[in-house]
Amino acid sequence: MQERKAPLPDDIARRVLLGEERALARLISAMEDGESWAGTALRLLRKEVVKRNSDLPAAQGRSLNSAERGSAGELGSPAPRVAHVIGITGPPGSGKSTLIDKLIGSYRERGERVGVLAIDPSSPFTGGAILGDRIRMQGSALRDEGVFIRSLATRGRLGGLSRASALAVRALEAALYGIVIVETVGIGQSEVDIIRLADSVVLVSMPGSGDEIQTIKAGVMEIGDLFVVNKADRPGAEKAVREIRSMLEMGDRDMPSVLMTVAETGEGVGELVAALDSRWAKLKASGELEARRRRGAIAEARALLSERVRCELEALEGGLEDSLADEIVRGEREATEAAEILFESIRKGDRK
Amino acid sequence: MERRIRVLVAKPGLDGHDRGAKVVARALRDDGMEVIYTGLRQTPEQIVQAAIQEDVDVLAMSILSGAHRHLFPRIMELLAEKGADDILVVVGGVIPEEDIPFLKQRGIAAVFGPGTPTRVTIDFIRANLKR
Amino acid sequence: MGDTGKRAKRPERKASFETGSGSPVRCLYMPLDLEGLGLPGEYPYTRGVQETMYRGRLWTMRQYAGFGSAEESNERYKYLLAQGQTGLSIAFDLPTQIGYDSDHPLSAGEVGKVGVAVDSLADMEVLFAGILLDKVSTSMTINAPAAVLLAMYVAVAEKQGLQPKALEGTVQNDILKEYVARGTYIFPPAASMRLITDVFAYCARSMPRWNMISISGYHIREAGSTASQEVAFTLADGIAYVQAAIEAGLDIDEFGPKLSFFFNAHNDLFEEAAKFRAARRLWAKIMRERFGAKNPKSWMMRFHAQTAGSTLTAQQSDNNVVRVTLQALAAVLGGTQSLHTNSRDEALALPTERSVRIALRTQQIVAYESGVAETVDPLAGSYYVESLTNRIEEEAMAYIKRIDEMGGAVCAIEEGFVQREIQDAAYSYQRQIESGERVVVGLNKFQSEESRPEGLLKPDPSVGERQCAALRELRRRRNGERVAAALRGIDAAARGSANLMPPILEAVRAYATLGEVCDAMRAVFGEYRPNACF
Repeated sequence: MQERKAPLPDDIARRVLLGEERALARLISAMEDGESWAGTALRLLRKEVVKRNSDLPAAQGRSLNSAERGSAGELGSPAPRVAHVIGITGPPGSGKSTLIDKLIGSYRERGERVGVLAIDPSSPFTGGAILGDRIRMQGSALRDEGVFIRSLATRGRLGGLSRASALAVRALEAALYGIVIVETVGIGQSEVDIIRLADSVVLVSMPGSGDEIQTIKAGVMEIGDLFVVNKADRPGAEKAVREIRSMLEMGDRDMPSVLMTVAETGEGVGELVAALDSRWAKLKASGELEARRRRGAIAEARALLSERVRCELEALEGGLEDSLADEIVRGEREATEAAEILFESIRKGDRK
Repeated sequence: MERRIRVLVAKPGLDGHDRGAKVVARALRDDGMEVIYTGLRQTPEQIVQAAIQEDVDVLAMSILSGAHRHLFPRIMELLAEKGADDILVVVGGVIPEEDIPFLKQRGIAAVFGPGTPTRVTIDFIRANLKR
Repeated sequence: MGDTGKRAKRPERKASFETGSGSPVRCLYMPLDLEGLGLPGEYPYTRGVQETMYRGRLWTMRQYAGFGSAEESNERYKYLLAQGQTGLSIAFDLPTQIGYDSDHPLSAGEVGKVGVAVDSLADMEVLFAGILLDKVSTSMTINAPAAVLLAMYVAVAEKQGLQPKALEGTVQNDILKEYVARGTYIFPPAASMRLITDVFAYCARSMPRWNMISISGYHIREAGSTASQEVAFTLADGIAYVQAAIEAGLDIDEFGPKLSFFFNAHNDLFEEAAKFRAARRLWAKIMRERFGAKNPKSWMMRFHAQTAGSTLTAQQSDNNVVRVTLQALAAVLGGTQSLHTNSRDEALALPTERSVRIALRTQQIVAYESGVAETVDPLAGSYYVESLTNRIEEEAMAYIKRIDEMGGAVCAIEEGFVQREIQDAAYSYQRQIESGERVVVGLNKFQSEESRPEGLLKPDPSVGERQCAALRELRRRRNGERVAAALRGIDAAARGSANLMPPILEAVRAYATLGEVCDAMRAVFGEYRPNACF
């Protein structure tokens, strides 16, 4: 398939700030496909200098009108805004999408612009994917233009996130969406990756499903900043809450909130929003937000580095891995030595 | 990194028969495409907004209720308004042959009637992408 | 045993043989132990629910019809009755089925297309003008707003001087399959079940000759399920309804006899006939053993069948007459109480008068010329058919058990289990067609060049406008206060637990529109939103 025609990065950046969804969508696709101009566009978006602060439609929570579409706007943005990046994770069937739908509604009611990334797995066999989370986030009527929902496929990346997720989150933040929600694939261990990306991780489970046991085993408990037992109208909800609390007590940090919701009816969503608000305020006030983002960025860079190494490994001079493997099996070499040899080979760039 | 063909499969209007749309969605997925499925009861506005936010290469819609002469043109109008005319639009369902020229005049690239093998749809998409 | 094909001199023409639903078929079937088969009219009714079946009375020939305006549909009904049809079957348009008036924004382009548009009692009066409701039995394919359309029917009957207890007919009233296969839902499951049981209670009390539900498998099959799945998911839905009614305080032997079913009549002749027999037997056991019903009428499954629309081709549409004939035969051999035969042009459009007449004649030829109605359950004792009957019953029971373990049909639907099973079967069916493994004559084999069929029915595009104009006029003429009070009555009943039928009846008599009545309930119950379920 041929590559798409690359637009001018500053043109895209300008249009994104004017609230043009198409430009933002194009940018996110470029991030997914690895188009080289995407990084430039993102940097431009973020380095904006205030020229016409409050005039910008995006800051007012709407997209551009016809007059604005015509004008060749200068690059400009309000003082850099930081979005609250909320990761929503949990097993399939726990009602994440419905919960997100209600969260969107609450945030929109108070005038926040909301960006959503809904991530689903790609088929390991065909590389294709069916991305169906959007269905449950449609609200009771047409979503107005203050909500941007984008579905992403993992595209072979392990860990439940797509390669472009980190970049897409930054793009949404730069496009002045004040709340960015990331919904992940939701299967066990791979959920840990979400902490690299999200300022607040909400772990959603439901009663009676035995999830509590699974989350404990997988070490996923440690990544949750808030815990939600959804479908709390089912039997076992109180018990689930107690079990989660007792597991959390064994840890060594401040007790996170454990809440009950019935996403379908909206019950408990107000409390969830309040808990998120209060956490956000604390993160900013204490400086923890910066520290967390820094850790996340390093972790993301390392993950990318791992992938990069894996690619290099695959591109290596033929047979090296295989011959090393044979030697290990024959007892002529240890794995630690083999790793050193491979590392040297990559460093020297002995490609096929 | 590779580019994947992104397709929005949508059911406009009140028609609730989604067997065909779901079969097509799976076939496209099995051919390596990324398919965003909108579900039932989509208004033209919802479909166009989704198509734009998801930056799809293809919009594939299915109607069996006879409301195609009203809904499809409206959708094409909205796509044009948003400057999204580089999206390939294909449709299927129960659409009388004599309505096909009418739909094509409004920018719909192909009408896949009942019994069209999914292979035909897939090949058409791959051969006719606009971008 | 049964593999004599392999030893025969002539090799077989395929590597494997399967029923339409994909179950293996042996070369030869041998004597089975046929004990316990029972007699027609005797529990568990494998051979039929009446002793004499069609020797006593032929099945009802009931062609589903409706399009455009009430006037046009009324004409078609009178035509069909004159041509010898013995029951009415009403098709409503999508806005009506989903509780929207013709002037609702979502109705644009849809009014009068797949059925008749009914916005209020006024339309219903026109629909049945000149048709005496104590002389016909009327089946209404309406689900989410079934209570409202039933109330309108009762109100029309009142104007003809008839009591509800004189009325014979059916409302489909089966919401669970809507969530899974048909899509015309309004409210979420719990509220829908409440509304359904309110209709049950009302019918049990006031309409003893009325079938309060038509628990449907037709659409599930059309969505792509196998024969066993059709039986399993339909009966699982039935179990959920019976359970809900019992929990609502109704007496199973009061409503049990008036439950009815609706199945698909698909291609594979013997599998389909066996399917109907298996369904009857399984339901009888469920009602008697699982629910403890005492009245034999509660054990008897009565059903309507429709030939499978999804098997008809747009290519060489005359071939569809042949398909429909075989499918009708399967339904009759399976002991259906009532039958709709599809018209040949249905892959393309709603049927013309000529096509629908051929479809009706098909039934009449089967009934009067083929001899199959001269005796009861003629396939009984066939080694093949009895083997198939047993197998379908077993497979359906296994599914029902799984669904029970999930907590019942509603839970299975919310988890997406039913939807995924159906989609997997549908996808597999499609792949078989595309690979040529499954032959569809005229489509993937024996294709011909052909000219377009002429004279297809075209829906009248002005229906939408005319309905909107009529609505404006209606709103002016009627007593607005009476309507407002009635809608408040619905709101109160919906928030509480009183039966919704009486306030709905009051509202329709006052000429509240369908949309207004449904909106009053939407305000309390909310709207259902589905999952993607892939």
